[in-house]
Amino acid sequence: MKKLILSAATLALMTGMGVADTVRLGTEGAYPPYNFIDDNGEIAGFEREVGDELCKRAELECEWVINEWDSIIPNLVSGNYDAIIAGMSITDERDEVIDFTQNYTPPSASAYMATSADVDVSTAVISAQAATIQAGHVAESGATLVEFATPDETVAAVKNGEVDAVFADEDYVKPIAAESGGELMIVGDLVPLGGGIGMGLRESDGELRAKFDAAIQTMKDDGTLNALITQYFGDEAQTF
Amino acid sequence: MTTTKHLTAFSSIFTVLLLLAITAPVALLFGFVGATAARSHFAPLRWLGKTYSAVVRGVPDIAFFLFFVIALDQGIEWLRHKIKCPDWPDAIRQGNDFVVCSAAKMPLSESSTFVHQSYGFSLAVLTFAIVFGAFAANVLYGAMGAVPRAQMETGEAYGMSNRQTFWRILVPQMWVYALPGLSNLWMILIKATPLLFLLGVRDVVYWAKELGGLKTNAFAYPHPDWRLWYFLGLLVFYLTLTKLSELILNRVMARLTHGQATAGGEAARKATS
Repeated sequence: MKKLILSAATLALMTGMGVADTVRLGTEGAYPPYNFIDDNGEIAGFEREVGDELCKRAELECEWVINEWDSIIPNLVSGNYDAIIAGMSITDERDEVIDFTQNYTPPSASAYMATSADVDVSTAVISAQAATIQAGHVAESGATLVEFATPDETVAAVKNGEVDAVFADEDYVKPIAAESGGELMIVGDLVPLGGGIGMGLRESDGELRAKFDAAIQTMKDDGTLNALITQYFGDEAQTF
Repeated sequence: MTTTKHLTAFSSIFTVLLLLAITAPVALLFGFVGATAARSHFAPLRWLGKTYSAVVRGVPDIAFFLFFVIALDQGIEWLRHKIKCPDWPDAIRQGNDFVVCSAAKMPLSESSTFVHQSYGFSLAVLTFAIVFGAFAANVLYGAMGAVPRAQMETGEAYGMSNRQTFWRILVPQMWVYALPGLSNLWMILIKATPLLFLLGVRDVVYWAKELGGLKTNAFAYPHPDWRLWYFLGLLVFYLTLTKLSELILNRVMARLTHGQATAGGEAARKATS
């Protein structure tokens, strides 16, 4: 009985805290289908749905904030929002500065996209978004790296011939190639990079991280996460 | 063109205009205070005025915008933290993290998006005002020096105090010397407004990029890269703005030159006589 009262009290306390504290989620809003701005000017996409569901399960009041990719980590550690949910792969370098939840997408492949099939991606000029694992990979691969601030610009650079190919998450370039009417195509082999995508949190914010971690686990367990992945990235996308 | 997203984009034009309307007078005020301080007979004040305009003018805008705003924001939160949560057990700096108690957040986490945006906008206005105020201080300092000494001496001969000669003779006459420099600054300020996005305020350039960018089937209306057209629109917008400013500034110049002992004033006198 005593235990029951105690747990009820803790539960009440926890939900009480959940309502009082608004958790601000930072995203880029320029990386469809992960996150983008829809015609209502609202943030939409895979991460919008995942984030809203996670907040519901963790009983948190969440609000979305758009921040450009370049300063997305500095603004997190400075406290302008409480979590990053922006297609950010879990890497060791980032883990030194911030903390990650467990991944909510399986480790995914990155792909090269070019205007012709005979591009040799190991020597060509490749565009990638700045401060991404793809940019890091290109820099190490021996190809010439050209960095851009937004994903959109990396694709535009291929189209206007500034670079030979763009290197990005397969899930980002695949729909673009498919809808380009043959102008753009995936070239070379797929490259598995990173440990999947996770939410980024301040290292001092262990409590919030635990809440999101638990919520992600429940979504993995009951299959809702897999359903969302299939919905946004197609049937052949990797699931948990 | 009439989706909510487009309407937000159109309203960002007013964000830019509002920023210009608020920043220009505030920057001018900063400049005036800076220039006056730099002319002061009291040495520390003079040093302060000169340091302000020298340091801020020397730091690249983009560095200033990235560094100063975060520092300012953290400074405000640090002060609020000290006042509101004096018995907070944890350190504010924890490794890379900057953590203050939730009551000290500026603005509070639970306040509405509008409050957050207004706060970001005010930070932007302040930063722009400080940067452009430094340039204006230098322009005004030069303009004050350009007013012929004889004018001041005449005032002194009539028994005016330092304060009186400053306000009644120097200040009314300096504008004609300051205007070319100030109008230049105004033009640069117009062009510098896209820096707003660095501060998290979404301006017209951000929206042109966002709306014009390639859209796949994930969006309701897929279309190819239309940024060229959106940027042409921006070109028209900014050129109209600068052209209008030029027309207005020319009028102001003509008015200020009237009756002045400058080449412009002389030309105006000859033209009317």
